[in-house]
Amino acid sequence: MNKRDFLKGLIFFFPAGGVLSALAGAPAAKETEVQDAGPKGADAKGPGAKPYNSRDHYYGMGIEIGKCIGCSRCVEACKAENDVLRDPFFFRTWIERYVIKKEGEVTVESINVKSRASKEAVQEDADVLRTFFVPKLCNHCAHPPCVQVCPVGATFSTEDGVVLIDSNRCIGCRYCIQACPYGARYLDPRTKTADKCSFCYHRVRKGLLPACVEVCPTQARIFGDLRSKASRLVRFARMNKIHVLKPALNTEPKVYYAQMDGEVR
Amino acid sequence: MSPHLTEGLYELLDQITGFIYPNEVEIHWSLLIVVYPYITGLVAGAFILASLVKVFNVKEVQPTYRLALLTALAFLLVAPFPLLLHLGRPERFYEILLTPNVTSAMAMFGFVYAWYLMAVLLLEIWFEYRRDLIVLGAQEGSWRGWVYRALSLFSTDVSDTALAFDRKAVRAITIIGIPSAFLLHGYVGFIFGSVKANPWWGSVLMPIVFLMSAIVSGIALVTFLYMVLTSLRREAIDMRCLDTITSYLFYAVIVDFSLEALDFIHRLYQSEESVKILGRLITHRLFMSLFVLQILIGMLIPLGILVLAKARNFSDDMKKLLYFTAAILIQLGIFSTRWNVVIGGQLFSKSFRGLMTYKMEVTGIEGLLVALAVLALPFIILAVLVRVLPTKRLGDEVGGAA
Repeated sequence: MNKRDFLKGLIFFFPAGGVLSALAGAPAAKETEVQDAGPKGADAKGPGAKPYNSRDHYYGMGIEIGKCIGCSRCVEACKAENDVLRDPFFFRTWIERYVIKKEGEVTVESINVKSRASKEAVQEDADVLRTFFVPKLCNHCAHPPCVQVCPVGATFSTEDGVVLIDSNRCIGCRYCIQACPYGARYLDPRTKTADKCSFCYHRVRKGLLPACVEVCPTQARIFGDLRSKASRLVRFARMNKIHVLKPALNTEPKVYYAQMDGEVR
Repeated sequence: MSPHLTEGLYELLDQITGFIYPNEVEIHWSLLIVVYPYITGLVAGAFILASLVKVFNVKEVQPTYRLALLTALAFLLVAPFPLLLHLGRPERFYEILLTPNVTSAMAMFGFVYAWYLMAVLLLEIWFEYRRDLIVLGAQEGSWRGWVYRALSLFSTDVSDTALAFDRKAVRAITIIGIPSAFLLHGYVGFIFGSVKANPWWGSVLMPIVFLMSAIVSGIALVTFLYMVLTSLRREAIDMRCLDTITSYLFYAVIVDFSLEALDFIHRLYQSEESVKILGRLITHRLFMSLFVLQILIGMLIPLGILVLAKARNFSDDMKKLLYFTAAILIQLGIFSTRWNVVIGGQLFSKSFRGLMTYKMEVTGIEGLLVALAVLALPFIILAVLVRVLPTKRLGDEVGGAA
């Protein structure tokens, strides 16, 4: 085989491999669809592409606390993408800053809210032992108390592992807000219905990443499919010691934190 | 609506101490949700007082039997209003009845409510009043007579066998009614007690504490109403009845107090993760409403008054005054209990690191004026009910109707 034949062969080999893997519907292919999806991810569905089947997916998020620099781009992107009110009482995602002093005192603030308490909370000090940022959002629990208590079934778990709210059905009783241990929910004063993070379900279904993950400059947020062995999230969970928020409540969160300090609640 | 709301939230933001999750600034269950368990508690309590007569044969409290039933009805009719007014989308309330989520405690409201109203209270009242309605239907002229006949569902049988059946039916319904009343209010306690995210609410004792405080408030209310009604009608108060009722009130307060003390001691002794923030909650946010209003003024002082009234040989008038004062203080105490549960449970962050503030609105749909109107409504309904339906069996005393 001379060099010319080899290159000719390559031209056919790679597209053919692509077609084969699309037909086989290999888990690896699914994962690339979500993970590597640039804007083209949505368009990638050719006539041969398999239609989206929610049963094939189970989404979660990984957060590497050591990587978060507290830039709040995720918060901004979320508010823009999901039309969240700009006032500092409505967040689908937010960032907490923890400061642990040498003598053990812990102060926490939500860096997206400027209140008197938060201004008092943080003093630049030499005796700081460690300090870190913790991005928070709906944990899309596998065993969600909000879904359990909703009287009309307006909030529900999808087959692909996302907890959503049907704002056309929600009656605004706010039982879900009370039942959520993570403060992830709020009442949107415009619609008078409950609202919270949706993992950007409208984007994920198209093979795109959630807005917060897309914009994170340090890749502190990792989105992925737990059903796929090749998923970045599964790899993240394999490579890190992970923890979830308030495990004792048995909500089985699907937002996994790496390098989480015991002070984080 | 929105700019006004967020303005209020900015005000609350500066009153936060420590750290709270950012979505927690708004207090979601407000004054109306305090009123709701207060009202259902009165329903359950009044009904249980009424059942003393029929099931446990406490003949002394017979004079308050019908009043207690009508009180329960008047308050039960109003019970859905605070819930409805509180909903963000009240126009969608019917979804809770048509497509209820079976795992939701709140979704059971419609069924528990309908069962209690239709299968227990209305039925018992109808059988209790059937004979009187027939008599009144025959006595009264024109449209009033027609109303009575319609209320009796045009039954005419006043034979001894029919009346014996009425009595049997009332007794049977009361026997079903007691667990139903427990269900009605225990269920409200369960709504709070089953929230595992909230350590102030999440307690297996919650439904039981709710029930006992319901019995306390119901008995106190009927005592109060009985005394007001007899004085309005310039009738003599049956002191034996009053003494018996207040004895039950006394025991109910003791049990209620013991349960709440048990809850308190248990939390303190178990000393879970939340104990520090709950400690700060009761000392910094609930001191007035918990220690002063609920425990001192609403429980210990009325207990002392009741003991005093029972122990000393006071004149009837002095006793009446003491009972009356105790009944009112107990109402205040039970309202504070509801306040401390509903509002108190929302004044600390689920991060256990900070406290919020609740600022009661005066106007507005969830404000003080609406709450007062909702609380006044059952009394208006009751005023109509006692005019239409005699609180004494006809023939027992002449002219009892008006």
